[in-house]
Amino acid sequence: MADSSARAVTTPTGSPLPLIGKSDTKPTWCPGCGDFGVVAAIEMAVKRLQIPSHNVVIVSGIGCSSNLPHFLSSYGFHGLHGRSIPVAEGVRWANHGLTVIGTGGDGDGFGIGAGHFVHAMRRNVDLTYVTMDNQIYGLTTGQASPTSAMGQKTKSTPTGVIEHPIEPISLALASGATYVARGFSGDVKQLTDLVAAGIQHRGFSFVDVYSPCVTYNKINTFDFFRQRVYKLESAGHDPTNLGAAFERSLEWGDKIPIGLFYKTDRPTYEDLDEVLAAGPLVLQPAGMKGRTDVLDEFV
Amino acid sequence: MSELSVRTGGQAGDGIASVGETIARCFSRMGLHVFGLNAYQSVIRGGHVWYQARTGDGRPHSQGDGLDLLYALDKPTVEIHAAGLRRGGTVVFDPEKFSVSASELPAGVTALPVPTLEFARKHTSQSILQNAGGIGATAFLAGIPLDLLHQVLTDSYGRKAGDVVTWNLGASADGYHFAEQHASAHVSAVRKGGAPKLLMTGNQAFALGAAAAGCKFLAQYPMTPASGVLHWLAAHAQSLGIVVKQAEDEIAAINMAIGASFAGVRSMTATSGGGFSLMVEGVGLAGMTETPVVIVESQRVGPSTGLPTKTEQGDLNLMLGAGQGEFPRAILAPTDAKDAYLATIQAFELAEDWQTPVLLASDLHLSESHYTVDREEISLDIEPSSLFTVQPNAHEYKRYQYTESGVSPRALPGQPGLQFVAGSDEHDERGHLISDTRSGIPRWVAERVRMMDKRMGKLRGLAADAAPPVLEGPADAPLTFVAWGSTVGAIRDAMTELAAQGKTTNLLYFPTVFPLDATRVGSALQRAHRTLLIEANYTGQFGRLLRAETGFHLADRFLKYDGEPFYPHEIVARGLEVMHHGGQ
Repeated sequence: MADSSARAVTTPTGSPLPLIGKSDTKPTWCPGCGDFGVVAAIEMAVKRLQIPSHNVVIVSGIGCSSNLPHFLSSYGFHGLHGRSIPVAEGVRWANHGLTVIGTGGDGDGFGIGAGHFVHAMRRNVDLTYVTMDNQIYGLTTGQASPTSAMGQKTKSTPTGVIEHPIEPISLALASGATYVARGFSGDVKQLTDLVAAGIQHRGFSFVDVYSPCVTYNKINTFDFFRQRVYKLESAGHDPTNLGAAFERSLEWGDKIPIGLFYKTDRPTYEDLDEVLAAGPLVLQPAGMKGRTDVLDEFV
Repeated sequence: MSELSVRTGGQAGDGIASVGETIARCFSRMGLHVFGLNAYQSVIRGGHVWYQARTGDGRPHSQGDGLDLLYALDKPTVEIHAAGLRRGGTVVFDPEKFSVSASELPAGVTALPVPTLEFARKHTSQSILQNAGGIGATAFLAGIPLDLLHQVLTDSYGRKAGDVVTWNLGASADGYHFAEQHASAHVSAVRKGGAPKLLMTGNQAFALGAAAAGCKFLAQYPMTPASGVLHWLAAHAQSLGIVVKQAEDEIAAINMAIGASFAGVRSMTATSGGGFSLMVEGVGLAGMTETPVVIVESQRVGPSTGLPTKTEQGDLNLMLGAGQGEFPRAILAPTDAKDAYLATIQAFELAEDWQTPVLLASDLHLSESHYTVDREEISLDIEPSSLFTVQPNAHEYKRYQYTESGVSPRALPGQPGLQFVAGSDEHDERGHLISDTRSGIPRWVAERVRMMDKRMGKLRGLAADAAPPVLEGPADAPLTFVAWGSTVGAIRDAMTELAAQGKTTNLLYFPTVFPLDATRVGSALQRAHRTLLIEANYTGQFGRLLRAETGFHLADRFLKYDGEPFYPHEIVARGLEVMHHGGQ
């Protein structure tokens, strides 16, 4: 992905093709929503890599954050709740010349879509998955999410959550993701770097973003994170060390790490699929004309 | 027709299906038409399984009634199947395993003890040859030339070690010659036909049809009886340039297929009712985003896990209603392997032309039975059209543009200047959401109605393009069988039997079960003197659909939900009853 599309593509007349920008649809998120920082970071990261907007597909599920594809000028697929990843995988396998970015929330990705999330990582499909993790269900007006903390009171848990939360970074590390990072929508500069590096990385890149819900989560607010986050790169973390990455991923409380947890190189699914090795599927010939040999086995 | 049915039975793990398929393949190579029924249970070893290869000088459309040769690998096989043996028939068995006395067999049926284990020991001490002597003896009785049997065996063992082939040829020749010397009756009247025929299952035909139609992507989760589609395409993925993905579940499978189709390749998924139940939301997603996708739904006995290895047509209501809300879809119901091949090609064309999901309704009986097909019947000469139909940078491109037909120009990701978002929410012509900040506002209320009318309008085109009902047999027959899907096979055989008894009948079947052209179907039913609806389900689901669409109530019905395929004699009996006594 990175090697083919990081180059600026030009039209036959020589003028550069349009880079990604905002679409003519204005975001519908609540004022102050963390997701504004995420859409800005994705836009800047794609722009920085000079990938023309027509070669980018942003795939999402359902939820507040899943409206994101509508707000950028690339191709988009706004599918079903929890099912962004299989759609993104299908897009990628049909045309691995495209840059594919999955976006969604913590309910979409770690609740209803958890199975797809795990399997995409073990496959090391070359796509970038950015989750806007606000520890709450926003669009359905404030129920507990898979990342809500123990004891958190929500509309669906009036006496507090009694389930241990999913830790997305630990889950990603255990599932074989080859690029695992955490951002904070209050730090768009770092988030842009993390997303850009994720897009450039060959393999499944996961960026979990603390993206506060200003309406329904009064605990995990911008201030909550601002007071606690610290940057892994300033703390001497070695992102090639899986064990250290696991340890850091379990930190929660007064100090919460953000940045790159882990990065490794492993062949991608597209590298290993013998058919895709011949180039993007969409450009390969279709049909069986003249292949009478195929019928011989039925004689 | 003069016919011959060879049945092999034993325990799962005995290699029954491979013995049966070997016999079936010998017949198809002789240029004869064959129907092969593989009857098995949901167990890997043990239980009772059997395979029936039926051939003759005509074209058998079902497993038929009764049998002429029974190769029994265990005693229960004799106990279960001996009663079906016709006069002049033979039971082949090994007396070292069990005994068969004349009193256990119908009159005129002979027992032929063949020392198959002894023959096996002659060639190897490994216990892998027990079936070879039995196949040889059975082949002799079936009129199969030994050299042909040996060719088929050599081809099927092709990739294995040389010794195994040599041993098999030796032991099968021993069995063949033993039967030649000891058999009192040579039952087979079948003789070599024309050119060798192709022998394939319905599932293989679906897979072949998909490849011919230009399918480049299959995502599937294993489930009986649809797994054969996955197996054939996986084995040929590299040779045919098709990406085959075993997904983590059926929800992923259909969403992957939708993603791949959105990005510009023809895509398919296949499953049975349980998996299709999981796919339901995805079917609606394809309808809403106007993304073509082809789904093979191979029905088995439900509800729930049901009888996983038995056949039924119980999912029609599910296929008709799959997905919240309303969106256009087509459901095609092929009747045999040749039909499955052709219907799959048509399914891809319809899905692409009308940008909507198309279902291929199969069932275990069609998916897993063996059918013969003539090469000329399944042309590979299909030229899939290019999916790049919109010019890049088209002025004012609207992915969901209102059109007369309801079909809008479809751009593919990677094409410059045509970017759009395909959304599962209701949207306007450009794909912008109506759901969030515009729903309920009068202008957008009207827009929702217009977009719905556009999508649903595609049903008219689908109904016009899809194959109309077919009337087989004399138009003025006093009885019309009404059916869809694989049950048509047994009905055709029953009609032949009825004709032999001097009874004229005809058959009205539905290659397209939805959408139906109500006027056309209504007039076809109007012309029928008397009808008998035949379906493999409890409630007569297709009968209900016909009544809803045309107002015709088909009161006489033969409904079966025992998991077994229809047998021609059952249909003959019911047909005669309706003709003589006016049915129920």
